[in-house]
Amino acid sequence: MTVDENVAQVSNLLLYSAMTAYLGSFIAYAADLAEGGKEIKARDARRRGNAGAAAAGTAGSTAGSTAGTVLTEAPAPPPRRRRAAAVGTSLFAASTLLLAGSVIARALSVHRVPWGNMFEFALTGCLVVSIGYLVAVVRASRAGLGGGRDARYLGTFVAGPVLATLGIALRSFYVEAAQLVPALDSYWLVIHVLVAILATALSTLGFSATVLQLVQEKRERVRAGGKHPGGAFMDALPGSAELERTAFRLNAVAFVMWTFTLIAGAVWAQVAWNRYWNWDSKEVWTFIIWVVYAAYLHARATRGWDGRRAAWLSVLAFGCVLFNYLVVNIFFPGLHSYAGV
Amino acid sequence: MARTDETHLDDLRDEYRDAQRAAGDPAAGEGTAHAPVAEPSAPRGARRARTPAPQAAPLAPLELARYCWRQLTSMRTALFLLMLLAVAAVPGSTFPQQDSDPAGVAQWMADHPTAGPWVERLQGFHVYSSVWFSAIYLLLFISLIGCVVPRAGVHLRSLRAKPPRTPARLQKLPEHRTAELAAPPAEVLAAARTVLRGRRFRTEVREEATGGSVAAERGHHRETGNLLFHLSLVGLLVSIASSSLFSYSGQRLVVEGGTMVGTTFDSFTGGVGADVGDVPPFTLELEDMDVAFEAQQSSQIGQPRRFAADVTLTDAPGEQPRSETIRVNHPAQVGSTQISLSGNGYAPVIVVRDGQGNVVQDGATPFLPQTGNYDSTGVVKVPDAVDADGDPVQIGLSGVFLPSATTDATGAPVSGFPDLANPFLVMQAYTGDLGLDDGVPQNVYELEGDGLTQVLDDQGRPFLIRLAPGDSVELPDGLGTVSFEGVQRYASFDVRSTPGQTAALVSSLLATTGLVLSLFLPRRRVWVRVRPGGAGSAVEVAGLARGDDAGLALEVDGVLRRLREATGGPPVPGAPAAPSSPPGAVGDDEHEHQRDEGRDEREARAGSRAEEAR
Ligand code: HEM
Repeated sequence: MTVDENVAQVSNLLLYSAMTAYLGSFIAYAADLAEGGKEIKARDARRRGNAGAAAAGTAGSTAGSTAGTVLTEAPAPPPRRRRAAAVGTSLFAASTLLLAGSVIARALSVHRVPWGNMFEFALTGCLVVSIGYLVAVVRASRAGLGGGRDARYLGTFVAGPVLATLGIALRSFYVEAAQLVPALDSYWLVIHVLVAILATALSTLGFSATVLQLVQEKRERVRAGGKHPGGAFMDALPGSAELERTAFRLNAVAFVMWTFTLIAGAVWAQVAWNRYWNWDSKEVWTFIIWVVYAAYLHARATRGWDGRRAAWLSVLAFGCVLFNYLVVNIFFPGLHSYAGV
Repeated sequence: MARTDETHLDDLRDEYRDAQRAAGDPAAGEGTAHAPVAEPSAPRGARRARTPAPQAAPLAPLELARYCWRQLTSMRTALFLLMLLAVAAVPGSTFPQQDSDPAGVAQWMADHPTAGPWVERLQGFHVYSSVWFSAIYLLLFISLIGCVVPRAGVHLRSLRAKPPRTPARLQKLPEHRTAELAAPPAEVLAAARTVLRGRRFRTEVREEATGGSVAAERGHHRETGNLLFHLSLVGLLVSIASSSLFSYSGQRLVVEGGTMVGTTFDSFTGGVGADVGDVPPFTLELEDMDVAFEAQQSSQIGQPRRFAADVTLTDAPGEQPRSETIRVNHPAQVGSTQISLSGNGYAPVIVVRDGQGNVVQDGATPFLPQTGNYDSTGVVKVPDAVDADGDPVQIGLSGVFLPSATTDATGAPVSGFPDLANPFLVMQAYTGDLGLDDGVPQNVYELEGDGLTQVLDDQGRPFLIRLAPGDSVELPDGLGTVSFEGVQRYASFDVRSTPGQTAALVSSLLATTGLVLSLFLPRRRVWVRVRPGGAGSAVEVAGLARGDDAGLALEVDGVLRRLREATGGPPVPGAPAAPSSPPGAVGDDEHEHQRDEGRDEREARAGSRAEEAR
């Protein structure tokens, strides 16, 4: 079956549009965070100005003061309407649709699953991350998570990396839509690589949460020391304990996915290379990722290793994920050299 | 808040003891009952104090041994060994490995004359069978067994134990609700039991001074899953070990029209318990090697599109032959032995006549592809020729075969496409001792022996044989003629048996099952205490989870809601207890509940948290 080059063109156009929309979404989310930071600063200032006055948060207040202007007034402004975040989310959803269109067009143009090389892997991975984020936003808002907080606080930290990944993929890994080489022409490609994409996407989300956790933890320590931590906009985010739980859940699912990746890979290797385990460099690094995540899960249950140290292990594990994708694929010889670049 | 336990064994033992001590001092028991979540520090500290201090006094040998064993089987050691294992696996990806890439090892040794021998000595070319790598994983597995087997015993006993008794002060637990119901206490108690059972809890009803309580517990199989996971890893290791003992693999190159039998291989490796005799006596005839490359799409020119070997396979002498197509990703099977297509290439048919006109070489000679365009190298060895004078002479030919010959920027001949568009053969000739008579096994793809001299043309330059199919050329010095008659394709087959593979697959699937149970099955305890109060009963519902459990709050809410429904009480929300836990998070199967009664409480709690945050 031949490649339909027109459809492949459409796929590329959709990809460019998606990237533009991601950029808009990223800017909107960043603006929202900045605004949140300003508001928190203003609130702090107000509180300091009102030391000894009535407690903040009086119900039914109708203050018309904009944040940060009048410091002597007691009442808090009504909850912010977060217009920027709403714009960010709409743009994000639009980008996700465009990206989905691009991935589907790519698949149609080559009559197969859209993950036959690094470029396609990156696109599909970004799509999975984006959908995962949107699902989290919808579920969080439906569940009515309290505290004026919702999953949109992650928006900047999802839109940014997705945009960067797409940029790198387009810049460095781009290959024209093409049929598969025989070595990849197997239904195990569908299973093994799909699970690997899910695992990578979940590891990425887990990593984002872990970084935020570490930052919050640092700020909490500074605050406990009586000083004022920087980055007020981070106050809009959950505390480190809650972020730790989120990161754990993501990393735990990612670990299960890595386990499936290894198993499915071994079964495929048995069929394709007649041997289920070859210590091929890609296999080695997936094994390393798996072991480091296992160490992370262990660390969480080990006295003296939970919390921050365990978090660093998961950061290390994600470092191995990146290494496996970016370095091993391209620079290490091996049976898995199908990057297409 | 992750549990901070050394081996978790202590926890399980305590739980078990708690369960046995059905009616203990409630205040004292409380600490251990919710140790995993609520008060990690107090009981842990006590436990740490119990461990003997190693430096305090000289240890008796037995004590020392026990101390070492405790250390080896501790979580910290396991963590350390896991990290060590990850680090130790790295060099295997940075150095070429003897098993998979012997040529790479030789090249590396040649390129690094100083470092090479050291890497060799440190077993860096066979990392995964090196002493140090083996030591790490063996220690890890000893630690694992030492850790898991005692836990399995404790767990077995705790499976039969009753749910722990009801703490005196339920309001101290992470989740706590109160409500007043119209029904009398006995009825509410019975309903609570039914409700909890319906939610897959094990329950135990206990009489108390006033009223009574139901203690309930679910999710024991979280621990079962953990044990299953770890024990399956042991199973996996055993399967892998047995497959390396009993597996074999043989490789054979077959030219179109040629036949291989399961007793003869170009190369063969077997485990300690396997040899060529274990290979089934099949015969395989290669009818046709079907190959296609991309020729249309400009950016993909030359990419492989199809490799398929049409073969006739006879499982054993006297059996019915069958036709098979062996493709990449589609091996053939003879019993439990798998035959896969591992390579393909070109075998030019080269005929050599010696100085007397005798045909001394005639046949398809496989050349090994070196590039994606199948620039292939090969040799022809003619040990028994006679020159024009009738003197015996050994002739060697060495060169390249180009399926689609063209010239590169420097004018050198190269192949521009992997398929047979313009086949061409370029070779040089040598005479002298080919070294075939020493009895030393030789590489059939290289000319060896120091005694070879290159055949020169009349200007003293190396004589070049350049042939298209059908051409022949006369060698200088009356050595004879070389003709290039045509090209055939060949296929390389890999014949392999890996006995432990099914066991390895089963172990890994079991491990995954255990892992999923252990990570995602919530382990929860819920207590319902009912006392006479108000118009009917005053009810307290409290929950405690082991580990991270986003759904605990929802579980407790759900129990209360069902209880209210079951006793026909008014749907008023209970007064929210002091919130000490995070809100039920995304990702729970029950977040529907939040839209009814649960909601008010949650909002109330969320509100008060927001308040706290200010
Ligand atoms: C081959 C080596 C090992 C691997 C790959 C491994 C992996 C894991 C993983 C992924 C978990 C988290 C999932 C779960 O709870 O089931 C875990 C938990 C656990 N492992 Fe291991 N483990 C290994 C060896 C050991 C050893 C040697 C010990 C004993 C010292 C041990 C004790 C535990 C314990 C107690 C838990 C439960 C922690 C909890 O309750 O969260 N493991 N292990």
